[in-house]
Amino acid sequence: MLDKVLFYFFAGIAVASAALMVTRRNVVHSAIFLITALLATAGIFLQLRAEFLFIVQIILYVGGIMVLFVFVIMLVNLDVALQQIQFARQKWVALLIALALAGQVGLMFWSSGKMPGQGLPVLTAAAAGRLPLNSEAVAKSLFESYLLPFEIASVLLLVAMIGAVVMAKNRT
Amino acid sequence: MMHSLSQATIEFLKLYWAPLLCGVAVVAILPLIVGYIVLVERKIMADMQARLGPMRVGPHGLLQPIADAVKLLIKEDIIPDNADKLVFWLAPVLSVGAALLSLAGLAVGPAFQIAQDINIGILFVVGVSAMGIFGIVLGGWASNSHYSLMGALRSSAQLVSYETAAGMALVSALLFTGTLNIKSIVEAQSKEGIWFVLLAPVAFFTYLVASIAETNRAPFDLPEAESELVAGYMTEFSGFRWSLYFLAEYTNMIVVASVATTLFLGGWLRPFAGVARLNVLDFVPPLLMLAIGAYCVLRAPKQPTRVQQMFMLAVAGLCFLLGLVLVAPVIVPVAKPLYAGIHGAFWFIFKVSAYIYLFMWLRFTLPRYRFDQLMRLGWHFLIPLSIINVLLVGVALIAGAYFHLQGWGLLLVTTPAAVIALVAALFILAAEKQRDARQGQIAASDFYAG
Repeated sequence: MLDKVLFYFFAGIAVASAALMVTRRNVVHSAIFLITALLATAGIFLQLRAEFLFIVQIILYVGGIMVLFVFVIMLVNLDVALQQIQFARQKWVALLIALALAGQVGLMFWSSGKMPGQGLPVLTAAAAGRLPLNSEAVAKSLFESYLLPFEIASVLLLVAMIGAVVMAKNRT
Repeated sequence: MMHSLSQATIEFLKLYWAPLLCGVAVVAILPLIVGYIVLVERKIMADMQARLGPMRVGPHGLLQPIADAVKLLIKEDIIPDNADKLVFWLAPVLSVGAALLSLAGLAVGPAFQIAQDINIGILFVVGVSAMGIFGIVLGGWASNSHYSLMGALRSSAQLVSYETAAGMALVSALLFTGTLNIKSIVEAQSKEGIWFVLLAPVAFFTYLVASIAETNRAPFDLPEAESELVAGYMTEFSGFRWSLYFLAEYTNMIVVASVATTLFLGGWLRPFAGVARLNVLDFVPPLLMLAIGAYCVLRAPKQPTRVQQMFMLAVAGLCFLLGLVLVAPVIVPVAKPLYAGIHGAFWFIFKVSAYIYLFMWLRFTLPRYRFDQLMRLGWHFLIPLSIINVLLVGVALIAGAYFHLQGWGLLLVTTPAAVIALVAALFILAAEKQRDARQGQIAASDFYAG
């Protein structure tokens, strides 16, 4: 019961603030709502007993990426940005993509012939002591089962970072 | 039937209500503690500058924090006309909320921890307290003032720069423990019989510098540099909102001091906790309390008014009482089970206070950095140093495992690693400086210097 209440609480906040984030005109308000949505998602992770994901979500997205976002937003001239019509050319493309996505999700439910939430395997909560410790489990799967994809992703990020530095240097 | 029901109720209360009540208690007491930290800071500053500091309210100004709090609460609350009202309202709350939330993960002694045994312990504390930056940035933006915005920008740039160094310092200490759980970290130090400050001195130094920068304290208090930016992001805030920012800043100080204590200074462990011959050290805490109490009794007749004399005696009585509480588990066999909790809390608070004292000492000793100097120190020295240190600590640990070294023996491999890391980082810094001097150009970070 408590689980359900908590889930709908976090999910409601996430969806509502995501919607608000897209519709606000003020960029800083949008950023605040994006932070709220990210935090609510972190709450859902915590509820799934994925503590490590919860804290990584907070440290990386909220504490790292969003700080940079807000930093950049403050460097841009907001008054000019407010007067421009935003995203004007993308309206139809966005609508098309949204419809395609909705169609995909609908198709998935239709093909399985069940309503959302029905017929899914019901997972019973394991006793806390019997679960493997979360950060250890994540580390095991990253560095044992999926070492190569992990390394490839790291190299990709490194290349992107070095590329950004090189481009920033060349301009001056 | 009845029995099991009551047991289930107790279980439920323990799970949900005990942490909640503890949290409420912490939130209620913390402003008082912070008020007294401010008083202590003013007293230490006065002492270092050969002054007396606050003396008027209560004996030796002991009631000054309460007077300050009342003043702040009844001050006029001003919101600038062009401010973004909602964000202006939200920002200080965010700052203080993040700081208070991160306290939940800390363990003050083996017995006192609000969120018991979280698997991600130290990450929780660090990650949640880093969220407080939004309070500063949004507050600076919402004030709609140039000084505030400049302070906020400096603050976020500073935090992003030093977060990496602090994180790497934490990683090199965590390499010794292999766990993120706060209790297990302290237990690992108890098992090794040596604090990690000796095994990873470079990491401790990096964390010390980075934590000063992250809490926006002097000499890195550029976001609120009064000679350039009035009061930085706090310029437009007054009264209660301003005091919320102050509360957040000092709570963050407590948080970083607690993290450093847990990771590097042995948490709640007594010095030489494993050595039975030095059990006589258990008498240090009660004797310390006795000494402070005796000093208060000695000073009491010198107070000017009768009320102040009584107050001084009351403080002395409190110290004696604390001394009794501390001595009981050592002498009385019945109170023996309480030993770990009470003495653990004492040593933890003692170490946190020492760390905060170091913060204050640095603040009154060093002049403020310029912004490009701050960025140079962060990016050109601390980050390379901490990354090299992580690598070398890893190598040292492998070498230690190869030679079967443990405890103090690990020093044989970690000390050379620390020295090599320092030399390499200094070499990088020197090379950078030489290159900059050759090019004769101003650092790009000068842009924010205002």
